[in-house]
Amino acid sequence: MTTPVTGPVLVLLDHAADGGLRQPVLELLTAARALGTVHGAWTADADGSDPDARTLELLGTYGVETVHRLDVGDADVRLTPVLAQGLTALVQSAGASVLLLTSSFENKEVAARVGLATGAGVVVDASAVEVADDRVVAAKTVFAGTWNTRCAVRTPLAVIALKAGSVQAEPAAERVTATVVAQAVTVDDGARRVRVTEHTERAASTRPDLAAAQVVVVGGRGTNGDFALLEELADVLGGAVGATRVATDEGWIGHDAQIGQTGVTVAPQLYIGAGVSGAVHHRGGMQSAGTIVAINNDPEAPIFEIADFGIVGDLFTVLPQATAELRRLKG
Amino acid sequence: MRIVVLVKHVPDIQSERALGPDGRVVRDGGDGTINELDENAVEAALLLVEQHGGEVVALTVGPADAVDAVRRALQLGADAGVHVLDDAIAGSDVFGTVAVLAAAVRRLGAETPVDLVVTGMAGLDGLTSLVPAALAAELDLPQLTLASELTVDATESGWTARVRRDLDHATEVLEATLPALVSVTDQANEPRYPNFKGIMAARKKPVEVLALADLGVGATTVGDAGARTEVVDAARRPTRENRILVTDDGDAGLRLAAYLVENKLV
Repeated sequence: MTTPVTGPVLVLLDHAADGGLRQPVLELLTAARALGTVHGAWTADADGSDPDARTLELLGTYGVETVHRLDVGDADVRLTPVLAQGLTALVQSAGASVLLLTSSFENKEVAARVGLATGAGVVVDASAVEVADDRVVAAKTVFAGTWNTRCAVRTPLAVIALKAGSVQAEPAAERVTATVVAQAVTVDDGARRVRVTEHTERAASTRPDLAAAQVVVVGGRGTNGDFALLEELADVLGGAVGATRVATDEGWIGHDAQIGQTGVTVAPQLYIGAGVSGAVHHRGGMQSAGTIVAINNDPEAPIFEIADFGIVGDLFTVLPQATAELRRLKG
Repeated sequence: MRIVVLVKHVPDIQSERALGPDGRVVRDGGDGTINELDENAVEAALLLVEQHGGEVVALTVGPADAVDAVRRALQLGADAGVHVLDDAIAGSDVFGTVAVLAAAVRRLGAETPVDLVVTGMAGLDGLTSLVPAALAAELDLPQLTLASELTVDATESGWTARVRRDLDHATEVLEATLPALVSVTDQANEPRYPNFKGIMAARKKPVEVLALADLGVGATTVGDAGARTEVVDAARRPTRENRILVTDDGDAGLRLAAYLVENKLV
């Protein structure tokens, strides 16, 4: 049985430049409710904007009582040292017991810095979080998804970065009204020494975010650069398209699509790899998928060792046939 | 330009890796190697020194075997090495490790100022990628992390480092005046291989071995005593059951669709 932590659980409300919440935030809020009272941390843009009415209502639906609007003045909140200083101040003023973030690369930097500033124990890339024996305990897989561990935090404040897709987002049983509280934090000069000279938001895709998608269709060397068939299958399944290191290095698809230990880590319900051999670096980024399907014309491809459903065959005939059949079955 | 590059000795990613009953990585020494991503860090440091002059010092923290990672960096062209070796360090979490690394960098800086600390983006054992940002904070250095491109140029205000980095939703260019800390991804460069000359030269290069007492780091900061988290369970993930492998006879796509439907995956 889970006993709630004493102080609030502060959730970083990652959002796009247009104010829309990032998909995994709702998962964090769902996980946070099981731990205790949920507060949100909202970073105000240069114009100091609050979350809009629709976002506030959504946050209330997910049980957020208080939204701390972090205002760092003229410092650039996109810089992780700035955000970390702001969150450190919020954690302290709210008396939070837990800080929850999505486990993106920039949020892991924030987690490291908040941990250093507050003395908190930090667990990143967690797949679940709970309270056990009055301690915050996070589950995570290590060694390319081959080991499961549970890690307990010994300090009064726990900083946990949860992987996108780990928790099924569910609204709270009872809706609350989220109240915005402005929190001005003065950032020291140290955090301002880095200058952002370019910042280009990637164009929003009509497909789900790779890191958070429940279905991921991945192409490797065997595609020879032709991702059209993968995209069609992904669209039928409502999934995202990913790639191996080789495919991104060849320039067949952007580097943001790379799945692996140095790219995006995915844990979808369904992974379909086409022309993917399954090198250890790639497996490290996808091995904890629920169901793994592999299509490769090389029966010796290592991915078959971990595939639930493996097809030795030509992806250029298998994929269109599967796509057409799924379309037919869905009517 | 004086560059400290962090290198770590980790279990070979191709080998069977395991956690012991104490929740620590089993380091039997048999199949360890330099963390692959640290080779990108070494390469980045060497390229900068080749361009601007200066020296590269390879720094590691870890048990006796860990010196192999420093040796590798020396073979590739680093000028000197430092190995922080102390039994009390075993079991340190990221913050214990960072305290030791920071103390070692400060000690090096007290001899001759350090302009740049370069690290890989993550260690392929723990893969937390927490060290670069935490170390930058501890050393109070500007951080330029996850660089897929790195340049350093002489400017009016001194050396200016500029990095390009790809995040989940954006691409950024960041710059800062040195001294600074940079972490590089595997996109940043193509690491070189050691040649015979490098391997021979490395034998003569100095590797300073330091203990915690030399660094003024208390034993309670590190090891299990200083760790803020503990592994309470560790188990090998069960292997997948009911696996199906078919060879396409012309209907594999249909069978895949049927499988997805049967297993409620669509």
